[in-house]
Amino acid sequence: MSEKIFVKGNEAVAMAAIEAGVRCYFGYPITPQSDIPEYLSRELPKTGGTFIQVESEIGAINMVLGASAAGVRAMTSSSGPGISLKQEGISYMAGSELPGVIVDIMRQGPGLGGIDASQADYFQATRGGGHGGYRIIVLAPDSVQEMYDLTMLAFDLSDIYRMPAMVLADSVIGQMKESIVANSRPETPLPVKDWAVRGRAEGADQNVVKSLKLGDGEMEAFHWAMHARYQELADKESRWEEYQTADAEMIVTAFGSTARIARTAIEGARAEGMKVGLLRPITLFPFPKQAYTALSARCKRFLDIELSTGQMIDDVRLSVARDTDVAFYGRPPGAGSLPTPEELLEQIRKIY
Amino acid sequence: MKQVFTRTPSLKDVQTHFCPGCHHGGIHRLVAEALDEFGLRERTIGCASVGCSVFLYGYFDVDVVESPHGRAPAVATGVKRARPDRIVFTYQGDGDLAAIGTSEIIHAANRGEDITVIFVNNTTYGMTGGQMAPTTMPGQKTSTSPLGRSIKNDGAPFKMAELLSNLDGVTFSARVALNNPRNVLQAKKLIKTAFQYQVEGKGFSFIEALAACPTNWGMQPLSANERIGSEMIPYFPLGICKNTHNL
Ligand SMILES: Cc1ncc(C[n+]2csc(CCOP(=O)(O)OP(=O)(O)O)c2C)c(N)n1
Ligand code: SF4
Repeated sequence: MSEKIFVKGNEAVAMAAIEAGVRCYFGYPITPQSDIPEYLSRELPKTGGTFIQVESEIGAINMVLGASAAGVRAMTSSSGPGISLKQEGISYMAGSELPGVIVDIMRQGPGLGGIDASQADYFQATRGGGHGGYRIIVLAPDSVQEMYDLTMLAFDLSDIYRMPAMVLADSVIGQMKESIVANSRPETPLPVKDWAVRGRAEGADQNVVKSLKLGDGEMEAFHWAMHARYQELADKESRWEEYQTADAEMIVTAFGSTARIARTAIEGARAEGMKVGLLRPITLFPFPKQAYTALSARCKRFLDIELSTGQMIDDVRLSVARDTDVAFYGRPPGAGSLPTPEELLEQIRKIY
Repeated sequence: MKQVFTRTPSLKDVQTHFCPGCHHGGIHRLVAEALDEFGLRERTIGCASVGCSVFLYGYFDVDVVESPHGRAPAVATGVKRARPDRIVFTYQGDGDLAAIGTSEIIHAANRGEDITVIFVNNTTYGMTGGQMAPTTMPGQKTSTSPLGRSIKNDGAPFKMAELLSNLDGVTFSARVALNNPRNVLQAKKLIKTAFQYQVEGKGFSFIEALAACPTNWGMQPLSANERIGSEMIPYFPLGICKNTHNL
């Protein structure tokens, strides 16, 4: 398919999930992501898939756990308050090495917060969110096209690395409409799910999907194995975008909707003769450390911009060369707190 | 010599970790026998819960997925929706099903998920050391109700078999006990009926099994077994609460 269609970010997620072969969607309504369950309640049954509006996000993530344990592609979506409830299930999925896709269209918090754009769930997403010490794959789209493409990628990476994958966007990206190409599912070689529970008729041995690990040394070995898997992810799957970095003397770094605004600000800075570039992480976990290390070897001024009081900045500081100055400009989430390009340009002028 | 008693194939040839006089082992056996009498072992998926029955996979020779505490009915929903041609059951204690997991059980039942739920009511939290459960009886002393369960403070025990039978999605609900041979035979028959509902694709079936936990009741196995007849059955009556299709 190459013709363009004009859709909302949330719809693009739902369309991509169907193209990726999702068999089960389980979710609970919450703004600003309800377009996803609405679309899938209409379209997924047409493909023979299952849609359930569940009694809670806890129920939903545990259904994802069950369907994924049975070997099919399963997903859920939510926003802050619901993502908090899903953490129990995500931890169990991580402990059971289960794939599964979670879409988080971030809103403000803490608590009920509000429905405007926020990036304040960066820590919750990239640090695992639940108990026990684990990470999940986190992908951060900045356009409707990427909502589509990264949702498909989330399913593939999740299957390959046997861990939950999250698409982390905010209400701006979820709600805006853009024209996209609804690409066909990439032909990624995927491992056989020979570990799935399916009734023993199809496999000689009993299959057990569990996170309980009581054998001597078993849990420690699991943690080291996952640690190695995270490292492999970082080496092979880190993704980022660079814009105007080749001659840049200053790097702006931001993800998701903030990166879009930063790009306009950078165009303004270039028009004023300032050599500014953008480094936009696409994978937040694994964090594309290599890109920061490489750029900071020659460029010593960074400006990190987030819709929070600063979370990704920790990862930026851990990734750049030691003698790099990392400045921060944040607008914590809230109505009216989305920065304008002019506002960001003013920050660039200050630091440049 | 003629062998008159054998292990049913869906159970592994291993010793269980259950305490002497615990009824989990007996309930495991009746469930496994029901699976084998229908020839279901090869297409059954068990959903274990969190409690003394967490090692379901260690004893049942079927595929098993472990669920977070209380969430087995949601996990089973995911499994069954992903593989509708499989037989899916959950096995849950009373803390698991009737406290932390009330939301999941009620909604799975109300949706009429085509699964079988085995609910073990031993009036206490076995695994964590005998705390008060949602089914702890009025006046019953536990480690967190040292003066006895107070209805005023804690509410009355849940009667899950009756409660669930009020939901349209539930096609079969029954309460059984294993405290004497007659009740064991009846339990076996009703557990089989519960699975028959699923084999015939007739919707949600539920078995509540009254069980002894001698360890946390502070009783000898024999007197614990007697308590089922003298105290539990009068409060939690045995029998069929609902049998929509008269199977
Ligand atoms: C979220 C959560 N809370 C608490 C626990 C601790 N816990 C483990 S088993 C259990 C209760 C088990 O009691 P029951 O369900 O009655 O089963 P039994 O052990 O009696 O068979 C509890 C509270 C847990 N594992 N997870
Ligand atoms: S603690 Fe109670 S329920 Fe658990 S194994 Fe022992 S007797 Fe059985």
